[in-house]
Amino acid sequence: MTARTRRVVNRVMGGLTALAAGLVILPLLLIFGFLLFQGASAVNVDFFTHLPKPVGEDGGGMANAIIGSLILVGLAACLGLPIGILGGVYLAESRDRRMPWLVRFLADVLNGVPSIVIGIFAYALVVLPMRRFSALAGAVALAVIMLPIVVRTSEELVRLVPSSLREAALALGIPEWKVILRVVLPTARAGIITGVMVAVARVAGETAPLLFTAFGNRFWHQGLDQPIAALPLQIFAYAIAPYDDWHRQAWAGALVLIGMVFIVSLAARVATRGRFSGVR
Amino acid sequence: MASTAIRTGGTAGRLSLPPLVEARAARSNLGDRIFRTVLRLAAGAVLLLVLALAGEMARTAWPAMQKFGARFLVTSTWDPVAEQFGALPFVYGTLLSSLLAMLIAVPLGIGAAVFLAELAPQWIRPPIAFLVELVAAVPSVVYGLWGIFVLAPLMRTWIQPFLGSTLGFLPLFQGPPYGVGMLTAGIILAIMVVPFITAVSREVLLAVPNSQREAALALGATRWETTRLAVLRYGRSGLIGAGLLGLGRALGETMAVTMVIGNRPEVAISLFAPGYTMASVIANEFTEATSDLYLSALIEVGLLLFLVTVAVNGLARLLVWSVGGAVKVVRE
Repeated sequence: MTARTRRVVNRVMGGLTALAAGLVILPLLLIFGFLLFQGASAVNVDFFTHLPKPVGEDGGGMANAIIGSLILVGLAACLGLPIGILGGVYLAESRDRRMPWLVRFLADVLNGVPSIVIGIFAYALVVLPMRRFSALAGAVALAVIMLPIVVRTSEELVRLVPSSLREAALALGIPEWKVILRVVLPTARAGIITGVMVAVARVAGETAPLLFTAFGNRFWHQGLDQPIAALPLQIFAYAIAPYDDWHRQAWAGALVLIGMVFIVSLAARVATRGRFSGVR
Repeated sequence: MASTAIRTGGTAGRLSLPPLVEARAARSNLGDRIFRTVLRLAAGAVLLLVLALAGEMARTAWPAMQKFGARFLVTSTWDPVAEQFGALPFVYGTLLSSLLAMLIAVPLGIGAAVFLAELAPQWIRPPIAFLVELVAAVPSVVYGLWGIFVLAPLMRTWIQPFLGSTLGFLPLFQGPPYGVGMLTAGIILAIMVVPFITAVSREVLLAVPNSQREAALALGATRWETTRLAVLRYGRSGLIGAGLLGLGRALGETMAVTMVIGNRPEVAISLFAPGYTMASVIANEFTEATSDLYLSALIEVGLLLFLVTVAVNGLARLLVWSVGGAVKVVRE
């Protein structure tokens, strides 16, 4: 090959890969554009403060679903975060040989298990014994989805804490558990918060595992042992219904949902800007 | 001076610790032991969860497994009224839609990753990488909504008639253009997994040591030749792993597919025809399952899906890990 063809090939491949990158982010622009175009008109104060109206009546909102989603995600975080963070600390600090490898591997595998399968698990674990769909079952499903993400992120960030810090504290005679709780974890805090937010953003949009655990509800929250509304569930129900009003509401709901997810993702990014460069 | 130091050091070595220190050391050891047990329990929870997942599903799927055995996989009657269940159409739909998605997503994803990690000018990399992460954060149900109201009409009025008139001699592109169907599902799946494949492939490429690139550049290779000869070849197993991770995603993706695939339990050759996937039959019918056997059959479909995704993901992780240092958290 002559030098010129090599240069041409270089250019062409640069162009093709740039095109690929453009195509990857194109759907984001298309989807976001349509959400704004279709949904913005239906997002108003009522949307955040009112219950859904019956078919045929104008107006109404998804306030119950927004609150339901917040409750579900909050409860899931209470269940999943402590275990996840401690598990991550274990992976980073443990001196065992096989166990950490196995746990890390299983966490990654669990991360890849389809969320609907996790829903079945929560159904068998919570819904069957309780004999009813409940907010609790939904939160358990979401917590299981959160767990592996939180475990792996906390591990990464605990690993990044310089060992000189640990050694300095240990040299002062402070027991290891205190070193981890008072020195290592506070140092890694910003990064761990990011990981937590990423996990929250992920589960906030989950629909499939809630279909037969949280089930959905047309009314306000009625207790953790009762079915509860969730924004993604409501969007799904409205999207597949045959009414134009409902489709508008579904677009509005999707716009609100994606807004919430993006705000959390952006906040996570801003929270760690400049620190831990190289780790996202 | 020096000799004193040595002597003191020597005596200190022989000195036993005063009783007070020993007691405190023992106490902190107890604290450490408790703390370590707590950590181990937390880590054990992950292990336990995976085992419980498998066990619980196997238990609840047992009646269906016993009743239908291997017939479950090879027959295509799905008749809840007569309690006859064969999952072939769902398995077929899952495999075909994921295959379509992979055909589109793997080249695009790896291409975009090469651009982001190797060929793009430095200043453009962070914003594009950030946008890719945002695409990956869009919830499945939003893709589904967009799929129903934007993509499906587009397929029905433009893309499917066009494919039918140009490639219609192939059985794959025959039949009426419904809009919803296998092809639409494959495309929406591709859109959903491509940012994921891009992100993992980029991690893999960034984990390739710089000495590889420097060696190729020093021999006079262009950027692309460097990428092809030194980077892609080195990261090959990791890139295959990235593709498999994407496949794992596509196999289990539920909401968006359910909303655009048409939900008809049939094995059809044409890509325009509606189909059904394992995940979407669970999503649609789980709450309507009236008899225990029906529920058990649905859970068996879930168990199959679980086993397939565990196998695909396990293999993928091992491949991604094999590219040194690439043990990074893959963010959703």
